[in-house]
Amino acid sequence: MSNAEHDFDDNPYDLLAVDTDEGHRWAFGTGFTDPLEGIDTSVPEGLDPGALVRHCLALGDDALIYSHRLQQWVASLPELEEETAVANIALDLLGQARLLLARAGGIVGQTEDQLAFFRSEGEFRNVRLAEHADQDFAELVVRLLLFSTWRLELFTALASCADPVLAAIAAKGVNELAYHRDYAASWVVRLGDGTALSHAKTQAALDALWPLAGELFRPDPDAFAAVDPGAFDAVIDTVLATATLDRPVSAPLAPVAGKTGRDGVHTEAMGYILAELQSVARAHPDATW
Amino acid sequence: MVTAVRSPAYEVAAATPDPEIPTLTIEDLGILRSVDYLPAEGIVVTITPTYSGCPAMREIAADVTARLNRVGFERVTVATQLAPAWSTDWITPEGKRKLAAVGIAPPSAAPPRTAGPVPLTLGRRPPSPACPRCGSLDTRLTAQFSATACKSLHQCNACGEPFEAVKAI
Repeated sequence: MSNAEHDFDDNPYDLLAVDTDEGHRWAFGTGFTDPLEGIDTSVPEGLDPGALVRHCLALGDDALIYSHRLQQWVASLPELEEETAVANIALDLLGQARLLLARAGGIVGQTEDQLAFFRSEGEFRNVRLAEHADQDFAELVVRLLLFSTWRLELFTALASCADPVLAAIAAKGVNELAYHRDYAASWVVRLGDGTALSHAKTQAALDALWPLAGELFRPDPDAFAAVDPGAFDAVIDTVLATATLDRPVSAPLAPVAGKTGRDGVHTEAMGYILAELQSVARAHPDATW
Repeated sequence: MVTAVRSPAYEVAAATPDPEIPTLTIEDLGILRSVDYLPAEGIVVTITPTYSGCPAMREIAADVTARLNRVGFERVTVATQLAPAWSTDWITPEGKRKLAAVGIAPPSAAPPRTAGPVPLTLGRRPPSPACPRCGSLDTRLTAQFSATACKSLHQCNACGEPFEAVKAI
């Protein structure tokens, strides 16, 4: 029997107590299945499966780690509306992470959970921008503007890439990322073109984060599509001009011995993120959802 | 493959309620893509997620399977389809009517899809939807997100009613 067929009072706990004959209640979780179930996941001939795995891991890790950082904000945001916004953006990115990790894992014989919870720091391929801990709300929205603008351009290009599964995941993400970018852009404009204090804080956030954006444009031999820096700049410059903010001129954050996040070399923050993200799964490796 | 549109199995699958908005069916929402019969696999129900992170997909798959099992279809597989990506344009006229009836403003037409870059909508927001309580068009957006991934929050300037609307994507 469906919920619609019950006559409930306004008390939501009554709903949880009802024993439906579907045999499960989703409020308590019903477990997870492969998000690519039923989809033809064979790798097209002529594609390098290794490169496809590495590229899907990179983009999946960006989304997983970024989502975790946003989840840490929930319950600390300035307004209830921003709570729901940030939680929803985190959920969208987590959904993208699941699809991308499942795509990579299907090729190497691992589940999305194995990849998320049982890899070590050096095996994570996310850019260092994804692991940054936002110091205030200005950093949250500026970082989201930089990340979602870049990712939207990339996903738009990936929607016609040679792997049909990755192309479908990217096409699905485009609508979500466009919505995230517009949310971030509207806040950057509101704060940048707001009071003297909000302007100063937003400019400081931009100056602090700008060096991390450079890594997004490092050449990646595994990538199935590339972002045109000119298209990225055009969007960012439009937002910054409207927000009366100055585009920083600082150099990109230097690689460490030639390596960056994509090579598994991360900032100090990454260890703390993984400790929180993975501790339960590692303590109870046989637990199921 | 034999496509059995509006077959008995299709009717049963189509009547499955959405877990988040149970007055709407998965057919109303455009989540149900097809119901096929394959001799080797039995009934194959294909559904598509609204958002990448939609937590209801697993629940919907379980409900569809249980409903089909109950009326005698023993072998049921639920498959996911990602492409083409779901759009609020797939919500049926009946679905939009039911949304309005429960106080959720139905989505306006989705932004046009092109292969090129997605334009930035800075300060050029689509008009806020009509108030589902009094019908006034004088409403304002109060938040771009709401309690589920698919909705935004609005308030009616005419009658004061706060309401949710399905985001047009």
